[in-house]
Amino acid sequence: MTTATLTQPAATAWRRRSQFRLATRALARDKVAVGALVVLTLVVLVAIFAPLISPYDPLVGDPTIRLLPPGTPGHLLGLDGQGRDILSRLIWGGRYSLSVAIVPVLCAGVVALVLGMVAGYFGGRWGELVMRVLDVVFAFPIVLFAIAIAAVLGPGLVNSMLAIGITLVPYMARVVYTATVQESGKDYVEAARAAGLTEVEILGKQLLPNVLSPLVVYATTLAGLVIVLAAGLSFLGVGITPPAPDWGVMTSDGRQVLLEGYAHVATIPGLMIFIVAIAFNLLGDGIRDALDPHKQTGSRN
Amino acid sequence: MTNDPLLKVTGLRTHFSSEHGTVKAVDGVDFQIERGGILGVVGESGSGKSVTGLSILRLLGSRNATIAGGQILFHGEDLLTKSDREMREIRGKKISMVFQNAMTALDPFFRVGDQLVEVIRLHQRVGKREAKLKALEAMELVRIPEASRRLSSYPHQLSGGQRQRVMIALALSCGPDLLIADEPTTALDATVQKQIIDLLAEVNRELGTAILMITHDFGVVARLCRTVAVMYAGKIVESGEVARVLEKPEDPYTQKLLGSVLRMRSEVRRVSA
Repeated sequence: MTTATLTQPAATAWRRRSQFRLATRALARDKVAVGALVVLTLVVLVAIFAPLISPYDPLVGDPTIRLLPPGTPGHLLGLDGQGRDILSRLIWGGRYSLSVAIVPVLCAGVVALVLGMVAGYFGGRWGELVMRVLDVVFAFPIVLFAIAIAAVLGPGLVNSMLAIGITLVPYMARVVYTATVQESGKDYVEAARAAGLTEVEILGKQLLPNVLSPLVVYATTLAGLVIVLAAGLSFLGVGITPPAPDWGVMTSDGRQVLLEGYAHVATIPGLMIFIVAIAFNLLGDGIRDALDPHKQTGSRN
Repeated sequence: MTNDPLLKVTGLRTHFSSEHGTVKAVDGVDFQIERGGILGVVGESGSGKSVTGLSILRLLGSRNATIAGGQILFHGEDLLTKSDREMREIRGKKISMVFQNAMTALDPFFRVGDQLVEVIRLHQRVGKREAKLKALEAMELVRIPEASRRLSSYPHQLSGGQRQRVMIALALSCGPDLLIADEPTTALDATVQKQIIDLLAEVNRELGTAILMITHDFGVVARLCRTVAVMYAGKIVESGEVARVLEKPEDPYTQKLLGSVLRMRSEVRRVSA
């Protein structure tokens, strides 16, 4: 085995392109995903810099000029029922809606990953117990359950994030569990064991990446759904409370004047929810493809 | 010590507990492998040959299986009395295993090189750079064309034969004394089968790695092994030198098993004539 010295440069060349870079490159090739990412980045930036960008105070309105349509000079997207500038509320509202979409999904995702992987990999009595308890939670309609939790905790941004997070755990854990059971039956897990890896190493190094990609896709789908769910909670008075400019709150505000012919008040924030939800979904699809080694490399066949 | 066999299995019994009672998958098996020797374990499906292989590495933990008795002496030490930690030190380093299905035995998420480096660094105190060179050595050892380029391939980019070569590279990367090959050629087509068998023979000759070849194919045994044990229903019914067993089988089951192979060959000849 003296060939090693000859081929040394070749051996190190393969290190330079890390798997992470392969994935990002694959994502960059996906035009739809890049577009979605641009939209989301834009929305996040606007939300972060809301105090600088927002032309008016989102909470203070002038009732004398209420319900002006979009295109009014000085008020690009018009005014709502209390004479507040819709554009300003939309800009500030991104803070609420995005945090309510992202934070619970992330937190629930981590909890679900631990529960689902442990239950799926080790199985046995504890695994059964975990999944059956989650099944019980499953049995409640998602909105009802979130309402119940929110009602107990009281309204507010943090509480509604908590309520939504708890509600999401069984759904996400189920996805993780199924993927884990599926993957851990495959030969490479057995081969890893035969190579002397510990159970924890197998879970963390071999299974995690294989389980993560379905979860990522599911999580991004949920992010869109959760904005709508949070809006529902706000609408019912157990979520984010008015006058906070959450997109969901804005939509339900607009409902009151919808039949009077002022559709823009509800439609504009609704459109925003729609755009962000779609962007999350498309980005999720893109991430899944980018993480898939087959698509990353351009499949052999 | 040096005259001891590398692996000496005596009275090995592995049982599965199921709802319908205990299944004695391996029921009192004795065999041994000399240093640098090649033993073939032949038998039909369900005869317990794979379970025997897994029992040696104690890889049956998650399947309601218990090793109910016997001794597995490796370098004179009983593997059945080792702690889990000690077993992990042995797995992959002293005894490694190649599985039947090369298609799924590699983690689809990681590139071949990364998987090799992981195993190498698990058992050897080497830096990343050195591990990579060792990975390349292992790939060249198993005659993978363009080995350095293949290190950055994902498993799905390799053919079945190449994947099995990578599996063998993984198994040999830490220089084990014993390689357990569980039907490594069954999922491959005939030409590739022959190449893999030749590769294993070469590995045995050049590195002195002893091989436990689990197979249902007498052709593989005849080509590769020096000694053979025929298993049926959890027991070894006959064992000995390959030439002797193939030419003058004493046990009626071995005779029938060999007879079925010969009959198939003659039928093939009749069809092709």
